[in-house]
Amino acid sequence: MDITHTATAGTLESSDIQVTLAPGGDGIDINLTSDVIKQFGDQIKASITQVLNNYGITSAKVKAVDKGALDIVIKARTVAAVQRALDIVDQPKWEVL
Amino acid sequence: MFVPGNNPAMIKDAGIYGADSIMFDLEDGVSLDQKDAARYLVYEALTNIDYGDTEMVVRINGDDTPFYENDIKAMVKAGVEVIRLPKVESAAMMQRLEEKVEAAEREFGRPVGSTNLMAAVESAEGVLHAEEIAKASDRMIGIALSAEDYTTDMKTHRYPDGQELLFARNMVVHAARAAKIAAFDTVFSNMNDPEGFYRETRLIHQLGFDGKSLINPRQIEMVNEVFTPTEKEIVNAQGVMAAIKKAREQGSGVISMNGKMVDRPVALRAERVMKLAKATHVIDEEGNYLGK
Repeated sequence: MDITHTATAGTLESSDIQVTLAPGGDGIDINLTSDVIKQFGDQIKASITQVLNNYGITSAKVKAVDKGALDIVIKARTVAAVQRALDIVDQPKWEVL
Repeated sequence: MFVPGNNPAMIKDAGIYGADSIMFDLEDGVSLDQKDAARYLVYEALTNIDYGDTEMVVRINGDDTPFYENDIKAMVKAGVEVIRLPKVESAAMMQRLEEKVEAAEREFGRPVGSTNLMAAVESAEGVLHAEEIAKASDRMIGIALSAEDYTTDMKTHRYPDGQELLFARNMVVHAARAAKIAAFDTVFSNMNDPEGFYRETRLIHQLGFDGKSLINPRQIEMVNEVFTPTEKEIVNAQGVMAAIKKAREQGSGVISMNGKMVDRPVALRAERVMKLAKATHVIDEEGNYLGK
């Protein structure tokens, strides 16, 4: 499944993460900003990638600005961003949740 | 306690304040363009965060909005204990919700009947139909008054003495008692007026409400202070319970305490005081008073 347009979910408030998805690239390219990138960078990227894989997305440009989000927040924001990018906000893929 | 459904920091910490019930809000507390994001955030919180034995409620969006059906599906899939529907005006609205909830329970393999329902009445129409709403479904566990929309509908606003809400509060609490479900009062949103909060909470306690909706963790201790039985009430209730026990042991149908007959309403009130005392942890397992 391909992303057709850019979409963002999440905020820059504490405990949140802002995830922006855009079309393009070979594979999944994640540009992550986080105060805890050394400790949790790989884990944050893995969580985002997992959600994209669950939607069958194999290529996308991802910009993620983390403000100390829990894993469940990373997942929820990525799900929201993907559904917006795929224009399926009103017909969610329930099996992905 | 209301918790805005799109705020990760508040959702993360919601369980640490000791609220009896946490109500994630997908309705007024979330802007229109963030309804989908809030839905998934609340879904993830419900399915991953351990809130202990706190009752978990979600206020979904109204049935006249495009968010209603997906809110129901996501919350049922997440296994929420209670769905609260806002702006309820008839039993038919709760019955439609029940049908949608049951369909979602079947779709997502949840036990049918496992999702309870709560209604909020927020208009003259809703208040006048409070009884039929409270009795609309076997899943109903509570009915709540929401005063901001109600007072607007009534062409008034909220006053410090609450006279404008007296009829609605009495309707809601009567409907709840007739249906044998819980009655919850509206929020008090001025955090800089603790006296006003105490005054309003004492009033709704006096009217017979089971609890009050809160918007700030600082209000939990205040509302518990009003609803927690006093030592005098507990000692009296223990006396009544002891008299009942003694009468049963003696095979006597007449219960007396200090030379006075204890009739059924007195016994029921004593039972309720003891239940509240246990729930608020002011007595131990043996019934010894621990203090507030």
